[in-house]
Amino acid sequence: MPAEKRIKGDGSGIPDGMTGAVLKVNGDDYPVVFPTNHTLLEVLREECKLTGTKHGCELGECGACAVLVDGQPVLSCLQITTDVVGKSIETVEGLQHGNDLHPLQETFADLGAAQCGYCTPGILMVAEALLEKEADPDDEQITAALSGNICRCTGYNRIVEAVKWAAAKKRGDDWRPDEELFMGTEIPK
Amino acid sequence: MAKALSKPPEEQGDATETEFNLVGKPFRRVDGRAKVTGQTRFADDVHFPRTVYVKLVRSTVPHARIRDIDLSAALAMDGVLGTLVGAEMPDSFGIMPVSEDEHALAIDTVRFVGDSVAAVAAVTEDIAHAAALAVKVEYEPLPTIASVAEALATPEPQIHDYADEGNIHKKVSLKFGEVEAGFEEADLILEDNFFYEGSNHLALEQHSSVAVAEDDDRVTVYSSTQCPHYVHRALTKTLGIPSSRIRVIACSNGGAFGGKSDPFNHEAVVAKLALKLGRPVKITLTREEVFYCHRGRHPVQMNLKTGFRQDGTMASQHLRTTLDGGAFGSYGVASTFYTGALQTTTYKLPNYWFESARAFTNKPPCGPKRGHGTPQPRFAYEVQLDKAAHELGIDPAELRLRNLVEPNTITANWLRIGTIGLKECIDAVVKGSGWKARYGKLPEGRGLGIACSAYMTGAGLPIYWNHMPQSGVQIKLDRSGNVAVFCGETEIGQGSDSVLAVVVAEVLGIDIRDIRLCVGDTDLTPVDLGSYSSRVTLMVGQAAKQAAERARDKISNAVSEHMEVPAESLVFTGGRVFPAHDPDKGIAFNEAVIIAESRFGTLGTTGSYIPPRSPGRFRGAGVGPSPTYSYSAAVLEVEVDPKTGLYDVDKVWIAHDIGRALNPVLALGQIEGSVYMGLGEAMMEEQAFRRLPKHLSSSLVHKFPSMLEYKSPGFHDMPEMTCYMIETDDERGPYGAKEAGQGPLLPITPALANAIFDAVGVRVDQVPIHPDLVLKGLHAQATGHEARVGPAEFPDIDFGEPLIVHTPEQGGDGRAANDPKAKRKSLRSSSGTMKERDEALKEHSSATLTTD
Ligand code: FES
Ligand code: FES
Repeated sequence: MPAEKRIKGDGSGIPDGMTGAVLKVNGDDYPVVFPTNHTLLEVLREECKLTGTKHGCELGECGACAVLVDGQPVLSCLQITTDVVGKSIETVEGLQHGNDLHPLQETFADLGAAQCGYCTPGILMVAEALLEKEADPDDEQITAALSGNICRCTGYNRIVEAVKWAAAKKRGDDWRPDEELFMGTEIPK
Repeated sequence: MAKALSKPPEEQGDATETEFNLVGKPFRRVDGRAKVTGQTRFADDVHFPRTVYVKLVRSTVPHARIRDIDLSAALAMDGVLGTLVGAEMPDSFGIMPVSEDEHALAIDTVRFVGDSVAAVAAVTEDIAHAAALAVKVEYEPLPTIASVAEALATPEPQIHDYADEGNIHKKVSLKFGEVEAGFEEADLILEDNFFYEGSNHLALEQHSSVAVAEDDDRVTVYSSTQCPHYVHRALTKTLGIPSSRIRVIACSNGGAFGGKSDPFNHEAVVAKLALKLGRPVKITLTREEVFYCHRGRHPVQMNLKTGFRQDGTMASQHLRTTLDGGAFGSYGVASTFYTGALQTTTYKLPNYWFESARAFTNKPPCGPKRGHGTPQPRFAYEVQLDKAAHELGIDPAELRLRNLVEPNTITANWLRIGTIGLKECIDAVVKGSGWKARYGKLPEGRGLGIACSAYMTGAGLPIYWNHMPQSGVQIKLDRSGNVAVFCGETEIGQGSDSVLAVVVAEVLGIDIRDIRLCVGDTDLTPVDLGSYSSRVTLMVGQAAKQAAERARDKISNAVSEHMEVPAESLVFTGGRVFPAHDPDKGIAFNEAVIIAESRFGTLGTTGSYIPPRSPGRFRGAGVGPSPTYSYSAAVLEVEVDPKTGLYDVDKVWIAHDIGRALNPVLALGQIEGSVYMGLGEAMMEEQAFRRLPKHLSSSLVHKFPSMLEYKSPGFHDMPEMTCYMIETDDERGPYGAKEAGQGPLLPITPALANAIFDAVGVRVDQVPIHPDLVLKGLHAQATGHEARVGPAEFPDIDFGEPLIVHTPEQGGDGRAANDPKAKRKSLRSSSGTMKERDEALKEHSSATLTTD
């Protein structure tokens, strides 16, 4: 049925099967109209045009689509949008402070923890939620927090180090990953 | 060409420390900020107003004739704008000129579950999806082939009629040297059967393409591709419009690993529909569809027979392989040769016989995945060496050291070896792991395993035969001081943009932020063949270096006239240009450009790279040559639970001969990523299939086309890794650099098998090494049987008359001694009309890459 024949009787002018709402993303208001069954992933990418959030499976299997809803990591591909109206949504686009990168963004860029960068937005958001809870996470806590995220490029270890480095930066600590991660291990004599 | 000093002499201390401005220093990749802010534009992020969305109707049966496609229900749906079927795009394409067996949409036959039958375009993706489900296809089922064994037993009906024989796509037999005599001379002959399962690349980004028509016969396609140039060629074939009106833009890839190096049918479909509908057209595959596109690692069976002398050196080797190719040619002809070609590049092998057959099967096509065709035989070789070391009572590391290929030599199969840092690699992992004190001496259940490998730094020949550069770079510079660099290379995550930028910045002595890159655009950038075969650092790097050096020379000439100093005395560094003896007399880089622009007018330079010619002249010699080879050695430490067969890889020591690390932090990332992917294949990854029971259609289906069920390693699976980079400074690479993105994957699977043997005495001769296989071996051991798990036999195949090639040692000339087709007209003499030339090229291409 063409859309004009499906207009709801509620005076909103919005067709049946569609929802009109204002989403709060990274502190900005996004008035959007979207199919009611669409996930947050779809609405962020297609209606808000915030394409920083990625998808690798759309079935909750890869973590590429993770965003924060009221500070909690959520797989946006499994999140029905209508349930997050009125909540505070954070995506990778909102991570930096002004033109300055967030410590996680800095350390991921400098340590090679983002290669193709496709898993990165999801991992950054999950890591950010962790750092908000835990100022000095250890390897196990980081691994546990990120266990739902797949990265096919890096081999993961650099990501763990980059999270620790960012945590240190956030704390104002000058700890940094071992020089081996920048230059390779010294050849044993 | 005079090499400019990059620092004034008085600042030069230790030459190795100060030789370069940027090369060798860890710096943030040029696209680093975009990647962490979500600004990198992947293909699915490309959006145009009025975009139309496409879904493909995919075959639900593994092999059938298409009787009828009924589009009426789909076309009747609101929002459906158009459809496409195979008959509208009748011209075939395919990456290799010898196997152009794909169509945009199936013409009359489907060959695997997931093959594309029709396309539906609609105003939303939801409508396109519903419409695709509404298309009714009537199939007439054909017998199906699930394995190499079935392909051998079922010559008819043929999946493709151009196969070498029945359903055997390609057969190869190449014999170098006195193989039988070599075996006679041997003190120990080992013959083993191995199996290496297929796997998917599982790049996190699903393939996506967007096409925009600009005219009735002009179209731009944005795509997630590693090889925009090859997509350009495929679109020219399928769209039937001149290549000058087709533009392909490769977006940054969200990982690729070989899985985006074929031109794909969906790229042709969106281009055609954009021309048909006059609106932007987009397709983004679901993860399930990515498993159907596949082009992943071929499942390979191997029989390896090697003759060793008492001292551990090798006298002869005979390797037989089969490849389960899936339903299309893809890169398969090259893959076939690759299962044997690099066997000679690590250890001296005076006599070598390689035989292989690739079968067509009714499964998604296999193709190139990281290491392309070489990890499988490398697994077999390195496990067998471990067995030989035990038989001969020689330490496995020592056995390898005794056999190393010498630098600057030619192998028995006519590959020219450049620098080789394998000894240093082995020394590093042996010392790092404490091998001598710990190997064979760890408590029961704990073990160490070693393995080595070599890989190409770029394929020596292009996919289609031609005389043109494999990589081109153009540089434009002007009075602003900004340097724009144009190159067809494609960033797939490996850091190719950073390689391009650092080489230009190094030569011109400028800040990397003063460079603007324009890459992967077939209209705007000179051709680079693509991000495959580990070719980019070397080939793009050399082309960029040449273009930048030409720009520097132009500037030097103008500035030297202006300053009245010799051009050779000018130093480019720190954004300044100055005479080496008088740094204070210097000027800013942009002032130097102004002087040159005033003197010569608009400034621009180009650089090209063509690999050196390889000495092999026999049919099949086209696969394997490379400007130089990288080398790796790895030691893995495992702990095995003898009760369950479950094991943990605790630690990996990896050493890689990288020539020179242009940016160590990125190079390490490539090495670690390769180790990770190798571990995935060693431990769990498999693209497996099953036949449904009879009452469920007995279809041949993918076992688990989803990310959850297709197991790949996660954060918690990763061992600690120690990476050593060995710098051999190879003169063939830019600043001495070799590849790093594929080679370090290769030693991981055999090192795991060897470590498990050291831990519990069980040989697992196949990958992935599932814990239940280890357990099976332990049971066999406990009950007094051979503690080995793996294939019992190798299929009986007639590979045909071998092509006899005398080795360099035998005084051969690189040609086959018994090739009836060898006396071909030389290409150069066949000038004349364009058509004659084309035909000669075609003939030559098949001659070089295949054995017909
Ligand atoms: S896209 Fe949401 S988990 Fe993969
Ligand atoms: S950086 Fe490519 S998937 Fe993680």
